[in-house]
This record gives sequence, C-alpha cells and structure tokens, in this order.
Amino acid sequence: MAKKTSKSPVGRRGFLKGAAAGAAALVAGPAGLEAQEAQAQAKGAATTLPGARLAAAESSPPPARVDVYTTDRPGSDFMVDVIKSLGFEYVLANPGSSFRGIHESIVNYGHNKMPELLTCCHEESSVAMAHGYAKIEGKPLMIMAHGTVGLQHASMAIYNAFADRVPVYILLGNIADGTWRRSDVEWTHSVQDAAAMVRDYTKFDDAPVSMQQFAESAVKAYRVMMTPPMEPVVLVADAVLQEEPLSEADRRSARIPKLTLTSPPAGDAGAVAEAAKMLVAAEDPVIIAGRAARTPEGLKLLVELAELLQAPVQDRRFRMNFPTNHPLFGGGSIAQADVILALEVPDIWFSTHSMTPVNKMGMESRAITKPGAKLITIYSGELEQKSNYQDLGRYQETDLAIAADAEATLPYLIEACRKLITADQRRRFSERGAKYAAAAKKAKERALEEAAYAWDASPITTARVSAEIWNQIRNEDWSLLSDVNPFFSNWPTRLWDFTKHHNYIGGHGAYGVGYGAPAATGAALANRKYGRISVNIQCDGDLNYAPGVLWTSAHHHIPLLSVMHNNRAYHQELMYIEDMAARAQRGVDTAKIGTGLWDPNIDYALLAKAYGVYSLGPIENPNDLGPAIKKAIEVVKKGEPALIDVVTQPR
Amino acid sequence: MAKISLAGALLAIPGLLCAQDAANGKKIFLRDGCYECHGYNGQGTVQGARLAPPVLNAQGMIRYVRKPAGAMPAYTDKVLSDQEVNDIYAYLKSLPGPKPVKDIPLLDQIK
Repeated sequence: MAKKTSKSPVGRRGFLKGAAAGAAALVAGPAGLEAQEAQAQAKGAATTLPGARLAAAESSPPPARVDVYTTDRPGSDFMVDVIKSLGFEYVLANPGSSFRGIHESIVNYGHNKMPELLTCCHEESSVAMAHGYAKIEGKPLMIMAHGTVGLQHASMAIYNAFADRVPVYILLGNIADGTWRRSDVEWTHSVQDAAAMVRDYTKFDDAPVSMQQFAESAVKAYRVMMTPPMEPVVLVADAVLQEEPLSEADRRSARIPKLTLTSPPAGDAGAVAEAAKMLVAAEDPVIIAGRAARTPEGLKLLVELAELLQAPVQDRRFRMNFPTNHPLFGGGSIAQADVILALEVPDIWFSTHSMTPVNKMGMESRAITKPGAKLITIYSGELEQKSNYQDLGRYQETDLAIAADAEATLPYLIEACRKLITADQRRRFSERGAKYAAAAKKAKERALEEAAYAWDASPITTARVSAEIWNQIRNEDWSLLSDVNPFFSNWPTRLWDFTKHHNYIGGHGAYGVGYGAPAATGAALANRKYGRISVNIQCDGDLNYAPGVLWTSAHHHIPLLSVMHNNRAYHQELMYIEDMAARAQRGVDTAKIGTGLWDPNIDYALLAKAYGVYSLGPIENPNDLGPAIKKAIEVVKKGEPALIDVVTQPR
Repeated sequence: MAKISLAGALLAIPGLLCAQDAANGKKIFLRDGCYECHGYNGQGTVQGARLAPPVLNAQGMIRYVRKPAGAMPAYTDKVLSDQEVNDIYAYLKSLPGPKPVKDIPLLDQIK
C-alpha cells in the first residue's frame, strides 16, 4: 500500500521519486551541492558539520508543492492486464467512484474488449446477470461494485449464486487508507474489511496491498472459484493502487501468474466401485439429479448411466440434467426404490422424507423410503460447507457418501457399472425400462388432457401460455431461462421437449426474488453469440425489484423474449397468508392485504416501453397471445429484447 | 353466472335443504382465496387439485373442506359456512369441461 507522507507530497511512488527529487534539487540549489554532500557521506562524514545541501535546506523556505497532474500508466492499467488474463467476456457494473480507476482503464487502456463493460442499473442485477450467464456459458463474468453500498445492493444476488453453486467474480472498490478519503462520501463508501459482509456466502476473498499481490490473488480467486463446488469470490481493488501511477519497481517486476484450473474432484475408485455394485444389484434403483450436469457433457453422462441401468431419473430441475422427453425422465418411486443415487442434491432429506405441511400444527418428519433402502450420495458440497447460512440442509443418513463432483465422477461410475452388468441383468433392466417408458407415455397424455382445462379462460392459464410459447419456438434453437417449478405449475417441463443442456438453467439457488429478470438477461447475453431464442417467463413480483435491467437489455442489444406471468400478486406469500388465516379461523378474505399487486394494475408493457424494450399487452384474451408471441419473436430474431405482458392465472 | 335449475340444485345436506347459488359461489371462490391454489376456473395447479368439474358431491366437498388431506388448509364453519361451500360447488359444477385434446391443435401437435 502506498503511504502518503507530509514530508514528500509528490513522492508516493517510486515512479515519481525521480521527478520529485529533480524538482527539489532545483529549489535547494545547484546540483554541485548535492554531489559534495554525497561525497562527504561516502567518506563517513556523518559526524562532521552539516553539509552544504543540508545547511541550505534548513535555512531556506520549505519547497513549494510540485503538482503532478498526469501519468502514462496508472496502477489500474496493470490491474486490467490481470483481469484480461482471466478471459472475462464482459464486466458488469453500476458505476461507482471507488473503482473509477479500473473503469477508465477497462474502457480506454483495455479498449473495452475482453472484457466489455456493460452498464447495469443495480448491483443485484449485475450479479444475477453474471449468475445466468455462467449457467449457459460455463464461465464466469466479473462484476464491479463499491465495497460498501454496492456490495450491500449485490448481496442477495451473491447469496443466490452461492446457493446455486455458480461462479461470479466480484471486484470491489475501496479506499483502505483513511488519509486518502477526500469527503464524507468516500468515508461512508470505505470499509475496513469489505468482503466481511458476504464472507458467509462466498468461497474466497482478498484485499491486496500491492500490485503483485493483486495479480496473485486475482488468479488464485479465479481458480478457487472454478473448482467444484463453484461459488462467488471477492477481490478488493484498493482505490489508491488503482489511481496512482504504477511504481518503477512494479513496472519492472510485477508479473501475472499463469492460471491453471484444477481438475474437478472425482470420486474415490473404491467408493465408486462399491456404488456400482449396489446400483447394478438393485431391483428398483432411482436416480435423483440436483445440480448434476454442470455442462452438456454432464447431461450426456447422466443419460448414459440411466440407460445403462434403465433407472428412472427424478430431476429436481436445478440444472438441465436430463431430457424431459426421455422415457426414464421423472419416473420411478422413492418409496419403492431399493437403491437411491443422489447426484449433487443439497437437501436430499426433502426427497426421502415427508413433513407436516404448513396447514397443520406441529412438525413430524417421516422417512418415505422403504426399510432397507440404500442411499448413495455424490455431492461436491461435502467439500466446502459454511455454517451461518443454512442452505446445507438437514443431515441425511447415507449408506455411501462420496465427496466429489458428480459430473467428474460419472465416467468412472458408468465404467464400473458396465463391467459388472451380466447378460441376464441387461435383460432384466430392459424390462424395467419398458415399464418406465410406458409410464412416461401415459404421463405425457395426462399432461395434455390436464392442459386442456380452462383452455379459453381469462386470465389465461399457465398451460395455455406454455403451449403458445412452445408452438413458436419448438423448431428453433431455444433456451428457457426462468424457473418454472412451481411458479408456472411445471407446464413447460410437462409440455416442451427439453433435450439440450442450454434448454434450461434451473432457478434462483436461494429463492431470492429479484433473480429472474437479470439472470435471464445474463443468460440471453451468453446465448446471443449462438443465435439462440432466449425465453424468459417473467414473474411480476420479481421484475419489480430492479426493472432497470430492461434498459440494460435494450442498451446492449440483448435478444430476449420475456413473457410476463402477471398474476398480480406475490402469489406464494398470498397462499401462505391464506394458510395462516385458515389456521386461525379468521379473515380468509383478507389475505390479499400486503400480498396483492393491483389497484392500480401494473402495466408491464408500458414499463418495458419506457426502458426502450419492444412490448405488447396487457393480453387477457388467450386468442391474442399466439400472434403477440410471433411478433415479439421477430423482434428477438433481429437482436433486440421484447416483452409481452400476459395476465395469467395464479399458477 | 346463471343460477342452475332448482331441481338440480337441491341437495340433501344433513338437516337442511340448501339451494345453490353459482354466482354467489364464484364470488366466494374468489373472495376467500380458493382460486389461489385451484385456479380461477378450478382447473387445478401445481399447488391445488382440479375441482371443476367436481368429482365429489356437495356433501363430500364440505367434508373435505373441513378436514382436508395434503397441504390444503382446513376451512372451519367459522370462516366458510356449509351454504357457502354449497354455492362454491354450484359454481364449479357450472363451469364447462375441457375440450378433447384432438380439438385443440396446439396440444394435439405436442403428442
């Protein structure tokens, strides 16, 4: 950290020392005096009378301050070199003075390319956009924020990303040295330990005090972040380091270390062999997928394992784990299973137990698994758990717990199973698979029959909205970027054919509302270069947290179709208040107080228009919906966002 | 919403013969939050079962509302009278059933 001293107002950096000394010499007198003094010192004259230079300095008026206005190489340029070395495609920020140095360097020194700076209207939007982007691209974005107020805005979105095990690289500006804070604004925007606020739900943080430490911590943070379980990391960029010139020493010797990503942790060979033995011997195995498929390869591997065993996959839909039109999707019964394999399921307890619902007093939890059923878990979350925030779930008894990344472990598990399966077993598995295929066919038929109910109703059913969207995108390369379970009664999952990894990105992580619109925008940003049709079924309550992200999508030409789920309520909470009122046997007609979003009804088409987004609606007649979606998709195909306000049924 | 015929509307509730008022039933269905889980048209959602057309009779519905299975809250007669449930039943019964899937091209093509 640079130190400001009263003796040397301009000599804060080695880079400046030469210039400052030169200027001081001009004030102190001819260079010959200095030479004489130097010679005297060299001869051990420290005990002799003061030299001519010292005498002149002591008897002269203090030197005038030498103002240095410019530099050819601020420290932030080096920081941008470091950032560039990490390969971020974009950096997202709501502008803030504590990182103005890096901001300027990104735009001018870095030519605003790799990363390109995108303007966000809220730090929560910055993080959630990075969250959505990472789930499509498999790579992180960097966001920038103030160490105090910006991070406070960002914190909920960081928690979502943490709980969703998604990498987000967070760079915070801060002025660590109080003597450099120029106003009350800078005092209130500064903090002793910037990352403390989010340390409970980030994986790593550092506050470097030198350029070399910045470079090393930056690269280290990236590597830690990308090692499963992936989580957000925080790096503090001191404002003085950013804005003061890069020192001569740093110019000569500061270097950016090479980034080498770790190989994801795979399961121990012995444990994997044991898991394979249990799965192959099982009569009714069931696979539960949480965040199993990190990448498209993960989806392929899970299909391979399921088909090898002819085991049904119950997909929690935290990721696009398994094709929804696959005969093994969604079948089987936890209650009937003799072996359950849980892949990256953080709260497996909820899959294996029933609990007293909210409509009844008391709490009773019962295992729904049959006696003797075996549970195998492969979960990278075992490798890194925090305590304060309780996303870790209830302790679950297991028969085999493998602390490893599921996707990295699947190739070994598949191979181990393949080696064990006999011809007889293969025949038996095939019969089992036929049973699940027949059940899946019936489930699809049932879904279609159920979708037909209230088909022409207004408000429009979520089934009708889903079918209308599907009709327009089914022959495109598409991507659904919003959580549809349970907000949209699972209709897209039931009616659409999700087959590719980018067809779906799962949900919030921690159910922090305000995630939907920015995460979809970030994911659409990632989809843009692939020419995909990005679709967002947008909950109304969620959009009202930070609607400025609509402007970001318009300004940066991010093609995204948003279809409003405008049920005019914070509907989950409305149902809960209804529950509480019924339990208390009073006021079941007043649950809407504090949960409704009407009077006045919010015109989301008008809102979108104000932000420069093409919009239609509000649409209340179901027959108007198909043509509106078609028009909006034409806009999206031209590379712009579009929003359709649809007045919908509650769920 | 038109009232259904008297002959069809009279039901043997223990100790009481109640007329059913579908229009009032709709009003209560919306006012007391039944639509929140079951949909405005009783079509059912991920949160609540399909109610229209009803599979229970009116008495069965009253019994269920008082002591439901699953996650539905119990509505005692302090907040919802038998007559009101009866009217809700009439509303649900008045709603049109679904078209066959084959008559809805958007759904038929998903098969």
